[in-house]
Amino acid sequence: MDSVLEKLSELVRAAGRAKRALRLRGGGTKDFYGQALEGEVHDTRGYNGIVAYEPSELVITARCGTRLADIETAMSEHRQMLAFEPPHFAQFGSGATLGGVIAAGLSGPRRQAAGALRDFVLGVKIMDGRGEVLAFGGQVMKNVAGYDVSRLMAGSLGTLGIILEVSLKALPRPAAEATLRLELPEDKAIETLNKWGGRPLPISASAWTGRELGVRLSGAASAVAAAQKKIGGELVDAAQGERFWAGIREQTDPFFRDDGAPLWRVSVPSATPPLRLPGEPLIEWGGALRWLCSRADARTVRDAAKRAGGHATLFRGGDKSVGVFQPLDPALTKIHRELKREFDPQGIFNRGRMYPEL
Amino acid sequence: MNIAVTGINFIRQAEVAARLRQILPAEAVLHAEEDTRSYECDGLSAYRQLPMVVALPSNEEEVRQVLAACHELKAPVVARGAGTGLSGGALPMGDGVLLSLAKMRRILALDPVARTARVQPGVTNLAISDAAAPCGLFYAPDPSSQIACSIGGNVAENSGGVHCLKYGLTLHNVLRVRAVTIEGEVVEFGSEALDSPGLDLLALMIGSEGMLAVATEITVRLLPRPEAARVILASFDDVEKAGNAVAEVIAAGVVPSGLEMMDRPAARAVEEFVHAGYDLEAAALLLCEADGTPEEVEEGIAGMAEVLRRAGATAIRVSGSEAERQRFWAGRKAAFPAVGRISPDYYCMDGTIPRKKLGEILKFIAEMEKKYGLRCPNVFHAGDGNLHPLILFDANDPAQLERTERFAGEVLEKCIEVGGTITGEHGVGVEKINQMCVQFARAEIERFQGVKRAFDPGGLLNPGKNIPTLHRCAEFGRMRARGGQLPHSELPRF
Repeated sequence: MDSVLEKLSELVRAAGRAKRALRLRGGGTKDFYGQALEGEVHDTRGYNGIVAYEPSELVITARCGTRLADIETAMSEHRQMLAFEPPHFAQFGSGATLGGVIAAGLSGPRRQAAGALRDFVLGVKIMDGRGEVLAFGGQVMKNVAGYDVSRLMAGSLGTLGIILEVSLKALPRPAAEATLRLELPEDKAIETLNKWGGRPLPISASAWTGRELGVRLSGAASAVAAAQKKIGGELVDAAQGERFWAGIREQTDPFFRDDGAPLWRVSVPSATPPLRLPGEPLIEWGGALRWLCSRADARTVRDAAKRAGGHATLFRGGDKSVGVFQPLDPALTKIHRELKREFDPQGIFNRGRMYPEL
Repeated sequence: MNIAVTGINFIRQAEVAARLRQILPAEAVLHAEEDTRSYECDGLSAYRQLPMVVALPSNEEEVRQVLAACHELKAPVVARGAGTGLSGGALPMGDGVLLSLAKMRRILALDPVARTARVQPGVTNLAISDAAAPCGLFYAPDPSSQIACSIGGNVAENSGGVHCLKYGLTLHNVLRVRAVTIEGEVVEFGSEALDSPGLDLLALMIGSEGMLAVATEITVRLLPRPEAARVILASFDDVEKAGNAVAEVIAAGVVPSGLEMMDRPAARAVEEFVHAGYDLEAAALLLCEADGTPEEVEEGIAGMAEVLRRAGATAIRVSGSEAERQRFWAGRKAAFPAVGRISPDYYCMDGTIPRKKLGEILKFIAEMEKKYGLRCPNVFHAGDGNLHPLILFDANDPAQLERTERFAGEVLEKCIEVGGTITGEHGVGVEKINQMCVQFARAEIERFQGVKRAFDPGGLLNPGKNIPTLHRCAEFGRMRARGGQLPHSELPRF
């Protein structure tokens, strides 16, 4: 173990002995996200740097403290990208880090076509609650040796261990992209998106922002051009299109402007008809992700999500005492508690960040 | 390896069978040897063991009651789908219940709008695509055994296939798994939405080799069938050149829908069997496919052909029709049975390596062929660096079997050494359990055991597979050392 990790291990073991909570934090861009912020801050940014990046292997490995922006810059030099388009949320902190990106597990607009963050995690190195450094997965595309602990870390909100290093699958940037704008009411937009989803069209993102549906096409130039004809609508100027998708990904679009109403993230099967909840929705991922700025009570939002076969997260703002994440049923809660105990026996990491009992 | 065969305790057998007959109809509980014999092995037939009792539930409630009864009786349970697995993951136990999900083979719902199918675990992989075909949809993972293998088994092994470079593994194509724990509790991992609250237990469940819970219902994602697909068949006069060409294709910024490689011995075995029209003089063949809209395919094929030519391809053929495309692929998909015809037995490996190490590993395999005096044709999912070297041997000769296992062990350890893994898609099962001790350190194996405990504290689901005990690793004598030192050398060793 190198000396930085030795020191970290000592810190973790000391916290464990004292049963003292540690709050793992990178750039702090997602401090708003999750249930509770408990414990003494451990700044993960000291352990940083790209460890390996080989474009022809389609794999990048970097330490937790590496800035997401630096990773994306390195990749764009080789015309590659993190296809799940994680948000930077620069407006909320000082530079998202890889560790935080993985722990939060959030994916951006391209998720509907490329897959979620967890789909791109190939391997991790973590430090568990005993201060031991553990490696799971690896740098290869296919790996079924042992349980898939590396993907378990994606979206774990740092509750199981300190994510030290991550290997991610890289993808080539699409040769061409185009954004189209169509005027459609909510129900028609959902219907149309699902209809398109069943056809081999190169749609890489979609966002309905109230009467208007933005659609991004990505792929070979010829395929983008052909799809443009099939879909119709108005072609958006390229720079304006890029700004639009950045606004959705980073939540700088006017829809997300903080007017005091809590922001709900409602994840449902894509064909779910309009939820008809109080407040305006913004619909992404071909209908599967619905953002909602609403003062409706948590019960109303959660029941609607559950009825549709999904779940609702109190993403930002509001009264967290209603529970940020949809409660789990008892059988799942039990497994969560046991897993927490196995990885973090003293319960020191990000205590209460996901659920009060974790 | 060296799995001891367990004799059956007939008193215990009668007790367990009688208990299960209170739950299942008499004909769904087997214990006579003539009935249980066909369950003695899966696709890895070198390992055989008669199960004590075979249970054949027809629905989730029966699965639930059988598991709860086994929990109460402390009888270990091995779940089995179609039994096509290649790592002995469904090897029965002489003191355990073999739980066959083969009767649960209904497609419960297929939603063409949401593009999902909800199926029982015994449904075959291909049956899902067949059912989805009238809607212009398909289920993407396509292991070579897809006409026979079950979706439940695919979930247990996180199966891949020849198109997973573009479409991903089972993990990327399953939305939800409904399962029963050993305690008889029904749990749902994932959902029909794109994500779920809490930890990603679905990711843990997929590829867990039946060690965490028994799947009773699976929702898969269906994709629109691409309008067009064409495949390039490229010949190379040198295996290493072909390996480098693979890296060149990837570096050029295209993701082919399939990128497969075969060496000459494999190509010859296949050609005799399926007459795919392969170039038998080539040292290696690459199959390189593009799919999508007709425009995309034309652009992709032209681009990839150019890269392959620059990388030294000696001949390039592009499928001119769907029939020809199918024929080019038929050879690759029939590689295992074809090799089965030229040798009494073969042993299939499944290591995955970084693509750039392809040349190095091929050279290593050639050396091992000499060292052990055994032939080893090679087929690869080259695009994702997943190797399937096939060691040819005769199982009737115990010395050959022993040499084969040592040969395979050395290749797997070489895969770890170059930064890869011992298994890309076939699973650990009983077959590669010793190499797990090489790939993972003590603390990692302990955490794996912790994951198992979180779902199955009594260790009754498929014990002895996938994750070795530390005791076993100590016996195997090759616990992984980092930088020449065992981690935590202060701790006592087994």
